[in-house]
Amino acid sequence: MRRNGQRIIHAKDLSPWQKLYIPEIVKGLRITISQIFKPKFTRQYPEERWEPPASFRGRPVLVEENDVERCVACGLCSRVCPALAIEVDASETEFTKERYPVKFEINMLRCIFCGMCEEVCPEEAIVMSKEYELTFTSQEEAIFGKEKLLMPAERLQDRLEFLRKQR
Amino acid sequence: MTVVFSAIKIVVVLGAILAAVTYLIYVERRISAFIQNRIGPNRVGPYGLLQPIADVLKLIVKEDVTPKLANKALHDLAPVISISIALVTFAVVPFGDRISLFGQEVKLQIADVNVGILYVLAFASLGVYGITLSGWSSNNKYSLLGGLRSSAQMISYELSMGLSVIGVVLIAGSLQLDKIVEAQYGWKWNILLQPVGCVIFTIAAFAETNRLPFDLPEAEPELVGGYHTEYSGLKFGLFFLAEYANLITASAIITVLYLGGWQFPYLQDFGLPELLVSIIGVVTFIVKVLCVLLFFVVIRWTLPRFRYDQLMNLGWKVMLPLSILNVLATGAGILLFR
Repeated sequence: MRRNGQRIIHAKDLSPWQKLYIPEIVKGLRITISQIFKPKFTRQYPEERWEPPASFRGRPVLVEENDVERCVACGLCSRVCPALAIEVDASETEFTKERYPVKFEINMLRCIFCGMCEEVCPEEAIVMSKEYELTFTSQEEAIFGKEKLLMPAERLQDRLEFLRKQR
Repeated sequence: MTVVFSAIKIVVVLGAILAAVTYLIYVERRISAFIQNRIGPNRVGPYGLLQPIADVLKLIVKEDVTPKLANKALHDLAPVISISIALVTFAVVPFGDRISLFGQEVKLQIADVNVGILYVLAFASLGVYGITLSGWSSNNKYSLLGGLRSSAQMISYELSMGLSVIGVVLIAGSLQLDKIVEAQYGWKWNILLQPVGCVIFTIAAFAETNRLPFDLPEAEPELVGGYHTEYSGLKFGLFFLAEYANLITASAIITVLYLGGWQFPYLQDFGLPELLVSIIGVVTFIVKVLCVLLFFVVIRWTLPRFRYDQLMNLGWKVMLPLSILNVLATGAGILLFR
C-alpha cells in the first residue's frame, strides 16, 4: 500500500523473518555505520566563511566613489525606513552634486535588513553589503556613523550589478 | 600484603573507570556526530581531546540549584546513591586472569565474591533507587514521571535479565564470575552456546542502563530532562557519571558472561611467558568491552525510542517467556550432552 509516495507497512503484513526484529536491527545498524564514512556537512565557521550570493541583504553601507560618498542627503531612506533606524543631516558642498550628509547614522540595533533604503535611493548611494557579522558590546557602539558605513564601490560591484539587473 | 594489593587494584580500577567515563562521553559525542554527518567536538585541544576536561570544569563551576519545595535531603542523596552503586558494581568484574608480581599471585579482580553474578544483579537493581528518589524529591511532575517509568522499566527487565543469566550459570556450574570466564575456554564463548540468552541479556542491559531504545526515564521530547530535570552543577554531573559508569559496567558484565571475558582463544597453548599472557588477557578484556561500548553507541542512533506500552509488551510478553524457554532448553542440552 502506498500513500504520498511512501510505502505503508502494517504489523500484520510482516513476514516471520521481519518479526524476529534482530535481522532488521542488523540492517539498520548497517545504514547507521555506513553514515560514519560519508562526507560531513559541518562548516568550520571562523576558518571557513560563507560567501553570500549577490542577492544577500547584509548590513546597509554607503557607496564611496573617488573618496567621497554618492549620497546627496535627500533623506528618502530615513523617511522610508520602517524601523526608524536612519538619521541624516544635510549640508552644501563644492562638488557638482551640491549636497552631502554631514551626519549619516544607522542604528544597527533597529535595522531590520529589509533593504527599503536601498530600493528608494535615487543615487544608488546606500546598498546592502554582504557583511553579516555584527557584534557590539554597548548600545552606543551599535550606532554606525559615516566612518563605519562608507565602503568603496569596487567592493560592492556584485550588489550594484545585481540591482541594475533587477531594474 | 593482600590488603595493599587490593588497595592498589581499587585505586587503579576506580581511576580507570572515571577516566574512561569522561572519554566515553567524548567518543560518544564524536561518533554520534559522525553518524549524523557532523564533525562533533574538535576545538578543545588536538581533535577535541581535552573536551572532557572542559566539560567537567563547566559542571564544577556551575551553580547548584535546589528547587524551593524539593525534599532537600533526598534531593542531595539521590545522585550519591546513583554514583556509588554504579561504581561499586564493577568491584566483582574479573578484568584479567591471575598475575604474578613480586613472587605473589594476584587475582585481577577487586572482590572475588562467591555469588558474583547475584551481587551484580542485586546492585544493578539498587540503582533504581537513585533515579526514583531523584524524581520524587524534585517536586516536579516531569521528574516524577521519569522516576516512575524508570522503576517500572527496571523491575520488568530485571526478571528476564536474571533468567537469561541462569543459562550461563548452568553451563559454568558456578556463580563466581571468574569461574564463568574460565568455563569459556577457547571458542566456548557463551555468545555461541547461548545466543538467545545473550540477546535477551543485552536488551535487558540496555533497559537497565536507560540507554536509547529504552531511555524512557529521561525521554527528552516528553519529559524535559526526566528524573534529572531539577538537577544542575555537580549533582547533575554525578548522574551523568553514574549513567556512563553503569554503561561501562554493563558492557563489562556482557563481556564476562557472553564474550569470554579475558579469554584470548587458545592463548595458553602458544607457550608465551606467564606475565605476557596475563597482560594480553587484560588487553583482550578491554578491547572486548570497547567493542560492546561502541555497539551501545551505534544502537542509540539506529533504533527509535519505545513507547511505554511497547516497552512493557516486549518485557513481559516476549523476553520473559523466551528467557524461561532458554533456561529449559539449556537444562535439556546439559542433560543430553554431558
